[in-house]
Amino acid sequence: MSGYLVALQAIILREVLRFVAQRGRFIAALVRPLVWLLVFAAGFRSALGLSIIPPYSTYVTYEVYIVPGLCGMVQLFNGMQSSLSLVYDREMGSMRLLLTSPLPRWWLLFSKLIAGTAVSILQVYAFLAIAAAFGIVMPFSGYILVLPVLLLTGLMMGALGLALSSTIRQLENFAGVMNFVIFPAFFLSSALYPLWKMAESSTLLYRICAVNPFTNAVEAIRFALYGQANLPALAWTLLALGVFLGLALVGYDPARGLSRRRASGG
Amino acid sequence: MSLHGLNLQHLSFGYGADPVLKNVTFSVERGSFCALFGPNGAGKTSLFSLLTRLVTTPTGRIEIAGIDLQKSPRAALAKMGIVFQQMTLDLDLSVRRNLSYYAALRGLSGREAERRIDAALDRLDLMDRAKVRARDLNGGHRRRTEIARALLHDPEILFLDEPTVGLDPASRAAITEHVHALCAEDGLTVLWATHLMDEVRPEDDLVILDRGEVLAHDTASRIAGDRSIEQVFLEMTSAAT
Repeated sequence: MSGYLVALQAIILREVLRFVAQRGRFIAALVRPLVWLLVFAAGFRSALGLSIIPPYSTYVTYEVYIVPGLCGMVQLFNGMQSSLSLVYDREMGSMRLLLTSPLPRWWLLFSKLIAGTAVSILQVYAFLAIAAAFGIVMPFSGYILVLPVLLLTGLMMGALGLALSSTIRQLENFAGVMNFVIFPAFFLSSALYPLWKMAESSTLLYRICAVNPFTNAVEAIRFALYGQANLPALAWTLLALGVFLGLALVGYDPARGLSRRRASGG
Repeated sequence: MSLHGLNLQHLSFGYGADPVLKNVTFSVERGSFCALFGPNGAGKTSLFSLLTRLVTTPTGRIEIAGIDLQKSPRAALAKMGIVFQQMTLDLDLSVRRNLSYYAALRGLSGREAERRIDAALDRLDLMDRAKVRARDLNGGHRRRTEIARALLHDPEILFLDEPTVGLDPASRAAITEHVHALCAEDGLTVLWATHLMDEVRPEDDLVILDRGEVLAHDTASRIAGDRSIEQVFLEMTSAAT
């Protein structure tokens, strides 16, 4: 068993070291949600009236409302980026290196996923710290209770990225992923507006939002930040993780999927 | 146990109706240097993907140091060191960190890993560059780092897919020399894909691959006779069309 843990530890360490070395990536990961929080939310707060809905026990400002959604966005971007950089840039080489290790492939992919999630959690806490510096503070216990939830949601979004990277060939660049994955996932969710607002506009859209795994990830984070467990949201996120992970494993099966197509060199 | 370092039997592979490899059969004796010669598009990289199990094919059989790759993939992978055509170093990490990451992927850690890393760096004359970031190495040293890394776990067979692509002539000669020495001194089996004939020595094993088919397999000197390999190769391929 120790060989497994040695590899897991090394894969996490590598991901974190690379993340620290690439300061530009860290700054980009922070600027994105901060623009939403400090610019978009400031302009939008008066346009959207929020009623008191769980887990909030009092009126909250719009900035407070969108923080969990932006935590989710940080993880969504990280999940897509780490998996896509893997396919389309130089990172492909390091994936080859990983997959030719004598450890079982499912363990290697899982380790990779844990490593990406660890980085996304660092990003989320950095974001929460800056938000707190601007006065958007959560209950202290929330910062601790959200950790296991971030682990679950990070894994789910990382698994989605991994599944996409292995199965969908058309998403040749990040713009494609933005249009077809990140924007729909983000806007068809409770990240920017409560779902009852959506229900007022369109029942169909409301239903899509309700089953969107990203909505459930955001709600799980939102409730955890206020010390509550949203069990349906957690269960739905876990289910989505299982499905995405299954797809990723199929995609990385050597008898099909990504590596097969990529082998067509000289 | 097989006497063969590498044994390929009736290997075919393709994408749909388009075959990339057709009934490829050859074996490489333990401890010998085998050059896999073929132009771009001959199927060398596909063959390497099959050998390293990045892809699999239902037809044919691959034995690595006597182990069936299909039946015992992990045991077979443990026997091989791989240098891919595409550079696979983490440019932001030091040479030593790159090596220790790889060691961990092979289940090696602690003092044992350190000892092997030192030995590998020493063997490839890289000791003084251990702390240098991979980004700051020149192309030749990056390749050498990759070879050192591929040897960390004492593999029995080393696969190199066009390892000298993009290197200047001096680095190219040095790397070719290094790997030949590894073969002669340590009894390592080597499969070296290339499209450059000056990397092959007369006494080396030579497999000529063109459009997915093995056209010849013998020592380079016997295939060439009194002519150059390029001449022989051009004749073979013009005869095939």
